[in-house]
Amino acid sequence: MADTTEHGISAAQANSLRHGPDERGHFGGWYGGRFVAETLMPLLLELDQAYSAAKSDPAFQKELAFYLRDYVGRPSPLWFAQRMTKELGGAKIYMKREELNHTGSHKLNNVMGQILLARRMGRTRIVAETGAGQHGVATATVCALFGMKCVVYMGATDVERQKPNVFRMRLLGAEVVPVTAGAGTLKDAMNEAMRDWVANVADTYFLVGTVAGPHPYPAMVRDFQSIIGEETKIQMQELEDRLPDIVVAAIGGGSNAMGIFHPFLDDASVRLIGVEAAGHGLDSGKTAASIERGRPGVLHGNRTYLLQDADGQIDEAHSISAGLDYPGVGPEHSWLNDIGRAEYVGATDQEALDAFQLCTRTEGIIPALESAHAIAYAAKIAPTLPKDTLLVVNISGRGDKDIFTVAEHLGVKL
Amino acid sequence: MSRIAARFKSLAAEGRGALIPYLEAFDPDRETSLALLKAMPAAGADLIEVGVPFSDPSADGPVIQLAARRGLKAGSTLAGVLGMVSAFREDDTETPIILMGYLNPIEAYGYERFCADAAKAGVDGLIIVDLPPEEADVIEPHTEANGLDIIRLVAPTTTDERLPYVLSHASGFVYYVSITGITGTRTASAEDLQKALPRLRAATSLPVAIGFGIRSPEQAATASSIADGAVVASALLATLAETLDENGKATAQTLPSVLGQIKDLATAVRAAGGGQKAG
Ligand SMILES: Cc1ncc(COP(=O)(O)O)c(C=O)c1O
Repeated sequence: MADTTEHGISAAQANSLRHGPDERGHFGGWYGGRFVAETLMPLLLELDQAYSAAKSDPAFQKELAFYLRDYVGRPSPLWFAQRMTKELGGAKIYMKREELNHTGSHKLNNVMGQILLARRMGRTRIVAETGAGQHGVATATVCALFGMKCVVYMGATDVERQKPNVFRMRLLGAEVVPVTAGAGTLKDAMNEAMRDWVANVADTYFLVGTVAGPHPYPAMVRDFQSIIGEETKIQMQELEDRLPDIVVAAIGGGSNAMGIFHPFLDDASVRLIGVEAAGHGLDSGKTAASIERGRPGVLHGNRTYLLQDADGQIDEAHSISAGLDYPGVGPEHSWLNDIGRAEYVGATDQEALDAFQLCTRTEGIIPALESAHAIAYAAKIAPTLPKDTLLVVNISGRGDKDIFTVAEHLGVKL
Repeated sequence: MSRIAARFKSLAAEGRGALIPYLEAFDPDRETSLALLKAMPAAGADLIEVGVPFSDPSADGPVIQLAARRGLKAGSTLAGVLGMVSAFREDDTETPIILMGYLNPIEAYGYERFCADAAKAGVDGLIIVDLPPEEADVIEPHTEANGLDIIRLVAPTTTDERLPYVLSHASGFVYYVSITGITGTRTASAEDLQKALPRLRAATSLPVAIGFGIRSPEQAATASSIADGAVVASALLATLAETLDENGKATAQTLPSVLGQIKDLATAVRAAGGGQKAG
């Protein structure tokens, strides 16, 4: 390349926001990292090496591309939501249709990448944590596809509110282990999955479902999810001959958001908005809005914004959506927040329920409750924006798994 | 000389290894755990590990998880744990105290202030489970300035190439995690330990203590004679838990049961002796 380089970094790279994290896995020198027990450190170093090698191996990329196309069903369409746009009367709303992926969410993009890596590394047993069950279903699916043993840890509360996914995982041959510690949600499932990994390092691969955890997971999961944003960029170019103005995505751990944001980080004209679950309201004390209501701290292997008390004990999160019910967030989001490159806002349980119905009624698309948080915020700002504003909402998953929860909130008995 | 170095030196002169019992601060309440802490040296504790309760102890098994939960319910905070250590130091200026816990409460407290306050309270060393040497630069300048040791964990998975790097960040003693797993589950065999120790001895002159999965007096005797010390945690916490009433409150059995178990462990450790002491 013709780039002039200084200290081994090209000028183009130095000015880019897309080259994080550093070698230690830090974003902006502070967030992220590798905060794990010594037993796991050698495994993370091995994983880092294996992933770096795979990433630059054309054979690995070719294999991944094959499975993404013929098994996952990519590319996913960028859909102009005409009736919703009309009803809201402002910005032109496009939907990135990740709910059309096999297994019904964006989760399979990452899982497909990691399972191929686990196979390269010779691992035979997969453990995963899951909240809504979408990551668990995606993981159980690829384990069925490749004939691997699969153990999924899921909070007992989530097992209860996401029954269809629990049944699906078991049909796929996975062992689903309910975790009763704490509030029985995603945080507790993550702890238990880490304990399993520590105890079974020889044959086990920990398949993390979001852009959190110790390095290299946040960067690796982001890379595997970045296909969402890469496709969006090309598709918008084809449809509108330019970049979108605003990209909105829901934030649990932050993988669907990081995936659609990352390819746009250096396009300063594109506003990136992450929507956290505000639960009963940002100031209700019952929220999952880690960036808006948390402080930086260390949990699950990385430093990031966390909901915690003054003593550094982690608080329980609350959201109607099991996939967003987590007191932390991926470290790259913490960094993007601090440098102001992305904005982080909240949508409440009620706003998500309303958006769930709006999307279903106007577009014939039943979104996941997670995605409904992004739709809620998009619907809030769209009417305030000029009609030529191009707004993309990431529909990270479909809502079939949520119909029981929604019915209950609407007072309908199924 | 630090209290930790002095203690290992005097034990080496006696020709035996150390018994290092563990208690979870504020488990099941402050008074009981402080009384237990104060009584441990007389029961035979050579060094003491004080667990700092954390909401998400992801490297610990069910026994320590429950103990941490009881401690938090009883109002444990990091400041409260330092207060316990200060109270212990009123009558004991020699038994080394090591705090064991997770990073986030320390980060929330503030690294510099914490190290100053911990040293002032009479803490001698820190085991921070989720702080590998790669990330330790946040605290090392402050532990050094305040004369606190950072005790490093070495695991069976720690490779030969990595070992010198880990040990270059260690002081006080080295904690060998004898199994790949969480606390209180499996136990390493004497053969496994015999095989593991030469690798460590060759790489460090610091004393080596073995922990994770040591329950019985026999196991403690084996570990402390092969290495320089044996840490017993879950077995003692399980005993404590069994003595609690249906509301989780301490009973008349709580202190005698745990202290009796420590005495049995100490008797075995003292009888076992040991030859290849470091220092
Ligand atoms: C459909 C869907 N969207 C979003 C999320 C939140 O995760 P993330 O923020 O990593 O995309 C989940 C998690 O379970 C999900 O199932």
